[in-house]
Amino acid sequence: MNATALIAWNVFRESVRDKVLYNLVLFAVLLMGASYLIGQLTAGQDVKIIKDLGLAATSVFGLFIAVFIGIGLVSKEVERRSIYSLLSKPIERHQLLLGKYAGLALTLAVNLSVMAVALYAVLAYMVWTTDPQTAQAWDAPGLDPALLNAIGLTFVELAVVTAMALFFSTFSTPMLSAAMTFALFVAGRFSADLRNFHEIVESPVAAIMARALYWVLPNLSQFDVRAQVVHGIPVPVGSCVLTAVYGALYVAALLVVATLIFSRRDFK
Amino acid sequence: MPSKVAGLAGVLAAVALVALAGTVQLVRERRYPGPPVVSEERLTLASGPLLKRLAVGYDMLAADLYWIRTIQYYGSTKLQLSGQGSTGLSAASGQAKGTPYALLAPLLDLTTTLDPHFNIAYRFGAIFLAEPVPAGAGRPDLAIALLEKGLKARADKWEYMQDIGFVHYWWRQDTKTAAEWFDRASRMPGAPWWLRSLAANTLAQGGDRRSSRLMWESIRESAEIDWLRRDAERRLLQLQALDDIDALQRIVDELNKRGFAVGETWDAVVERRVLRAVPVDPGGTPYELRPDGRVRLSPKSSLFPLPSEPQSLGPPS
Repeated sequence: MNATALIAWNVFRESVRDKVLYNLVLFAVLLMGASYLIGQLTAGQDVKIIKDLGLAATSVFGLFIAVFIGIGLVSKEVERRSIYSLLSKPIERHQLLLGKYAGLALTLAVNLSVMAVALYAVLAYMVWTTDPQTAQAWDAPGLDPALLNAIGLTFVELAVVTAMALFFSTFSTPMLSAAMTFALFVAGRFSADLRNFHEIVESPVAAIMARALYWVLPNLSQFDVRAQVVHGIPVPVGSCVLTAVYGALYVAALLVVATLIFSRRDFK
Repeated sequence: MPSKVAGLAGVLAAVALVALAGTVQLVRERRYPGPPVVSEERLTLASGPLLKRLAVGYDMLAADLYWIRTIQYYGSTKLQLSGQGSTGLSAASGQAKGTPYALLAPLLDLTTTLDPHFNIAYRFGAIFLAEPVPAGAGRPDLAIALLEKGLKARADKWEYMQDIGFVHYWWRQDTKTAAEWFDRASRMPGAPWWLRSLAANTLAQGGDRRSSRLMWESIRESAEIDWLRRDAERRLLQLQALDDIDALQRIVDELNKRGFAVGETWDAVVERRVLRAVPVDPGGTPYELRPDGRVRLSPKSSLFPLPSEPQSLGPPS
């Protein structure tokens, strides 16, 4: 356990050293620039659009970090041949993999937290500069705590994507891993469509296959509650909890398979 | 220290090179002008469901982008139409295959397909669509269709029902249907109390200027954005101008009936101390007195042109 935590901490420190957190500066500049420009372009929809932009940017920035760092977690060690010295130490392979995963999850958590603070700061400024009568007409309060729901579920979604990237990187090249992770991400966003596939195909075999895929592929669309949150539509707590549990189970499944593959991999 | 100097020199060199590149581009564009800018009067992607797929879950952001494009399209077309008079109208019509604001409805449809809860796109969009050219597309049918689409996403939105009633009342002069929509809106949870009396009044009297005033006041009060509020305020001033014109017309008619030749100016009226000064509209421009004795709003007025009212609409009783 201690070894796993140490590896996780090192992954986080390495990401800081690799200037991964620089994306936060870009995020802040994007939001601040947009908050000024959008006011001139959107006919009074600036707060809604800043929320949309902030939440979407949180997700996109996190996605790129999850994929591009996730695919390198194992392959970089192999390329540098540092995997040999790591495995010669009293570290189990599953500890190495779990540590790597936890380290990237920590990086994402720190990223998302800082982004959330930046988003709230920009929104606070906009609320402060808006007259109360206009603010009353908004679908949801400017500094709506429900935004944290959307950011929290984005984190769970990114945790699943990180697990996918790590899983692919245990047996594939970085380029292929990135392509497969992105493909699975897109498929996951549309997996709900597979459920109703039987309505548009005649073949029962195709319908069964589609239904099977629906249950196997990660259903990432359920992590997206941004529309509800921005429009002030309540998101039931039970739904959020179940979605988070689904994500955690999917991550666990991917890590188990990744560990199995990684344990059997021959580095000679 | 030398490295700092070298760094600064590098930055300056980069800035100079970018400036030089810009200059070369300017020279090239002047000597070899490129092809004309492609008209904005077309949509690369016209299918909302397809766009929703392509957005890969970032539908809200895509909706915002389309909303910004809608605003820009509406603003630029309006400027083109109002800024160049009839020439502008025909130019814009030519661009848009004979119809000004041809892209307005498709853009609003895309926006609201990507984000079915985009409240302002329905309300603001309906005004854009219903207003007659050059202020809007002159398509109340599309305005109603857009608001009905909004009701499919949010069936309890009394504001959309009020807006549908308003379009029927103001732009279609169909007071019966308008009253039905006001009544339907008044039954929704959270609807204001005055909607019920507005419905009853519209149905009973077939509409009058007082009802119009009440409607615009309600729109002003429930407006989410400044533009809507300002537009409602302008409409209220126009209604005030209509009242003023009716009152002034009565004065002029009375003077003419008594045999005083009023003429084409207000001077005779002011001289007889019927009015203290030349009457001005709520925008501050003097009303016109025509040779035929009719009082009119000046075309120079910020309130010009006055809206056409439903047929049964008249001065307050």
